[in-house]
Amino acid sequence: MPLSDDLRDLYQQVILDHSRNPRNHGEIPPPCLHAHGDNPSCGDEIDVWLRLSEDGQNIDDLKFTGQGCAISQASASMMTQKIKGKSQAQAVAMREDFRRLVMGDGTPTDEDSLGELVLLEGVQKFPQRVKCAMLAWRALEQALESGRA
Amino acid sequence: MDWHRIRSDFPILDQQVNCHPLVYLDSAASSQKPRAVINALSHYYQHDNSNVHRALHELSSRATDAFEAARKKVARFIGAATEVEIIFTRGCTEGINLVANTWGVQNLRSGDVILITGMEHHSNLVPWQLLAQRTGATLKHIPVLDDGTLDTAAVEVLLTEQVKLFAFVHISNSLGTINPARELCAKARAVGAVTLLDGAQSTGHMPVNMVDIGCDFFVFSGHKMCAPTGIGVLYGRYALLESMPPWHGGGEMIASVTLEGSTFKEPPHRFEAGTPDIAGVIGVGAAIDYLEAIGLENIQRHDTNLSNYAMQCMSEVPGIRILGPQSGHRGSLVAFHLDFAHPHDLVEYANTYGIAMRGGNHCTQPLMKRFKVPGTTRASFYFYNTIEEINRLVEVLFAARKFFT
Repeated sequence: MPLSDDLRDLYQQVILDHSRNPRNHGEIPPPCLHAHGDNPSCGDEIDVWLRLSEDGQNIDDLKFTGQGCAISQASASMMTQKIKGKSQAQAVAMREDFRRLVMGDGTPTDEDSLGELVLLEGVQKFPQRVKCAMLAWRALEQALESGRA
Repeated sequence: MDWHRIRSDFPILDQQVNCHPLVYLDSAASSQKPRAVINALSHYYQHDNSNVHRALHELSSRATDAFEAARKKVARFIGAATEVEIIFTRGCTEGINLVANTWGVQNLRSGDVILITGMEHHSNLVPWQLLAQRTGATLKHIPVLDDGTLDTAAVEVLLTEQVKLFAFVHISNSLGTINPARELCAKARAVGAVTLLDGAQSTGHMPVNMVDIGCDFFVFSGHKMCAPTGIGVLYGRYALLESMPPWHGGGEMIASVTLEGSTFKEPPHRFEAGTPDIAGVIGVGAAIDYLEAIGLENIQRHDTNLSNYAMQCMSEVPGIRILGPQSGHRGSLVAFHLDFAHPHDLVEYANTYGIAMRGGNHCTQPLMKRFKVPGTTRASFYFYNTIEEINRLVEVLFAARKFFT
């Protein structure tokens, strides 16, 4: 059956591959920072686990566990690949770039830095799925905030 | 029956969604409305609109007559002994909360048991949790077996004389299970428990009769049976209603008011404070006329044929797991889980082919946990659906499998 272009953009092969074979899947043993994110209306859940460098500046390791739709799981998988090894400041900036990308409110400040994550741009056409794409990123932000508290 | 002609009574169904003919398989969430109901609302607003039970002018008396005539129709439709047992609410949820906040608060004490089942919609669970917290009563539930039916052995154990209220769903919105309401109400009566039956998925899909079922309270929502949203019914056995205190205070429900205190009307008006949804009530009356002209037995037979056909075709999709009773007597919905696609991805995919389904936990989170699924996709049918639409659904499920794997 012919597929709509919007749907093909939403579920690109790379995205489906990440959802079927998530990267950096699992927990990080303590000491680590952890946050749980969920979308109560749809039941999607993501737990983010991360370890900072000794000076607290860099995200040395980042993993996730969870369950949910292809978009939430693929976004989490792609996020861990992209954020691992980055500084906290870079992670926060990337989250904002990614949010703008999926919301479609203006061009991301640094599209190049998002790399493969730009494939999730198709979410723009499906406003109800923005919360799916953002779930892991919200959990990441919470985990980082818990480290500052 | 000419089901294709009946389908043409629903103007909304004749449209394209995402360049495909709309296939509406979400009637368990909300049914579509026939022209007869839409016209009744329009007629009311164009000719008779006024407040009820108040003024002496012509329009008010027309509105009041239409409003009270609808109450009589509802009473006849559900086999209530008298129309004063019919209270208009905003829907099932409000009806259940009304019972919890009046009869419940008045009658429950610490040590009492509220019994429900493991397949309740949140609307027939959360009000009882709140009531239990408030009164010190204990909330217990009858477990659901793997086949989606109630554990009847557990009923015998749990339905004791401590049970003051037994509230359960007639047809499960997540499984399609039809619970044996009459038997369960008889068992409850034998231990002196009051019963509340949630008829959200049964009313308008099958004949229901209060006297025959023998429940004490019954709730249903208009919008799931061809009537507008925002209007529902609470049936209560008159002897119980008469003993219950008011819930909402205001106009309409009082007999006399002084600055020091008030006296209240008899049921049902005691429980209908403020200006009601008059057009909604008239819409319920029009929906009942429409459904009765087709015949509830006919509707039930057609619904059952559709869901049996769907079960048969859908079970051929590799990787599908259909929840609820696998054969025989079941409601007109099929809830399923696919091992290759999450419900939200599937619903999104089907939507691009014009198919409307619901994916998620269907307001039954404990049940999803019970069956160890994050959620399900639900295709639900009503008499305006066709075999061709089910064939279309199955075709899309096979295509989805190819797409997602």
